[in-house]
Amino acid sequence: MSAETETAAPTEGRAAAAGPRLGVSRGTWIRAGVIAALLLFALLAIPKLVGDDYVTTFTSVAIYAVVALGFSVLYGRVGMISLGQVALLSIGCWIGTRLSFATSLPFPVMLLVVGAITMVLGTLVGLPALRLSGLYLALITLMFAGATTIILSATEFPNGGGGFLGFTANPSLAGLKPVRRPTWGTSDIAFYRYTVIVCGLMFLLALVHISAKPGRAWASIRESEPAALAGGVNIVLYKMWAFALASFMTGVAGCLLAAQIGEPRAITFQTQDSLTLAATALIGGIFSLWGAVVAGIFNQFLPFFFQAQWGINTYFLLIIFGAGLLQVLLTAPGGLAQQFPRDMANLGRLAARRFRRLAEGERTNE
Amino acid sequence: MIEVDGLTVRFAGVTPLDDASLVFPGGTCGLIGPNGAGKTTFFNVLSGFVKPAAGSIRAYGEDLLKMADYKRARWGLRRTFQTEQSIEELSVFDNIAVIHEHSGAKRASRHADVTAAMEFVGLAVSPRAKAGTLGAGERRLLEVARAVVGRPRVVLLDEPAAGLPEEETEHLGAVIQRIPEAFGALTILVDHDMSLVSSCCTTTAVLDFGKVIAIGATADVLRDERVTSAYLGTEEEV
Repeated sequence: MSAETETAAPTEGRAAAAGPRLGVSRGTWIRAGVIAALLLFALLAIPKLVGDDYVTTFTSVAIYAVVALGFSVLYGRVGMISLGQVALLSIGCWIGTRLSFATSLPFPVMLLVVGAITMVLGTLVGLPALRLSGLYLALITLMFAGATTIILSATEFPNGGGGFLGFTANPSLAGLKPVRRPTWGTSDIAFYRYTVIVCGLMFLLALVHISAKPGRAWASIRESEPAALAGGVNIVLYKMWAFALASFMTGVAGCLLAAQIGEPRAITFQTQDSLTLAATALIGGIFSLWGAVVAGIFNQFLPFFFQAQWGINTYFLLIIFGAGLLQVLLTAPGGLAQQFPRDMANLGRLAARRFRRLAEGERTNE
Repeated sequence: MIEVDGLTVRFAGVTPLDDASLVFPGGTCGLIGPNGAGKTTFFNVLSGFVKPAAGSIRAYGEDLLKMADYKRARWGLRRTFQTEQSIEELSVFDNIAVIHEHSGAKRASRHADVTAAMEFVGLAVSPRAKAGTLGAGERRLLEVARAVVGRPRVVLLDEPAAGLPEEETEHLGAVIQRIPEAFGALTILVDHDMSLVSSCCTTTAVLDFGKVIAIGATADVLRDERVTSAYLGTEEEV
């Protein structure tokens, strides 16, 4: 951060003279390049490098990264802690499944419709946030997650009946076709690429918000609500806006998840998943968009990898997440997304010093 | 011009403002009084954080109390806080821009207005520097810049010089003095630094236990017997 400030300082005069916009700094270009390279790697290289099983896992990584992104927009940007994000994912998944059974909407339209419906529901869940904050909001949203789990299992989701609700007294899943996938994403690899692109768009959507008027308003609310109010920020509007954005993204992710699983079951979604997601999002880092990617990897890839490679029970990972969370809370509030680059820079400096000393040693020996 | 009439605020058992009436004609006005006299409560009523039990506030002829709290900034009400409130994670530019974009000012003028506000307060740092990296004095200036950007009509400054060294206080005083002329905004300064108040303010009002005990030309008010006794106490009371 300080390096960026220093390099930005000399160009300041020029940027001011150039017109009403601050010029795009070198750091922004570098970041854009890194993102483009990683996206290309994810789209082209990963499917070639890993097996079919892993491609499905990486699809889940992308989906859960978007869910973590929703959490970090709410908590990292606005300061509202919501533990109901996986519940919203399951709602998105439910709506996506039923829409797929009941209608013949094209998949992209389905994504948008599911996103919109989840957005409305998620914003309603966010209403208590206008009055409650901190622990109380966390509790309310966790209770919402619990209620969602109960409703899903009570209605024997996805049930087997017709229509949108699909509820029938004697459910039979035998005749159900799997949730349909986009026409050019039917195979696992093609659907993986489709998912990465859609999730990339969700990250872009978040980035556009954060770097514009809503992002500044959120930062102002997080710093101090009275000061934001005195500055003319409509706190109700911007808090709801954050919930709407997070729920929309999570709903879209839910619809992708429905198509990925094909035959989602109520058992797929547990209340505790909301807690694990919050933990991994915090470990990844809630103040950076990269943190959400790290969270997706921690949440979906690591459990699968540990199980597949070493047969380690996934519940064991919960302990690791607990330890990781403790470490983040105590030493690195910015999470891995901030800590890792800093550690690497320190390591680089250390190595450079080592080499220099070695070289000097050789010179004196000569 | 701000006309306050019979303003009363009651919290359970406490009356921080008790039938306070005053008129600030314009320019830079001082509002002084001992701790707990009701100065910040008065600002909080103006901002809409506290609903008064009785009384009215008219600013430039408009009923301020009828306006929704967040709409008052758009109308032109600005304020700073006793504890400085810049947004640490945002750049200096964005800190000022966030006020500008909620003030109803045109987007096209944002860059020019933000730069002008920075120049006005004499904040000589990179607009891209994060507010969290600034020193205490610079942050105070940033807060004043936030208060004057985007067509302010009334600027409330709550102890802006608290904790600043003398030299920086002097600079801040010079800045505050120029606000009414530069932006056409009525400025109300709350501070305990009497030399700052007397150098900036033409009119000064004194609050004590929620009542206005004196108002008038600053020099006269500061010499007023009631004012000195409110601050220092009288022999009878000891």
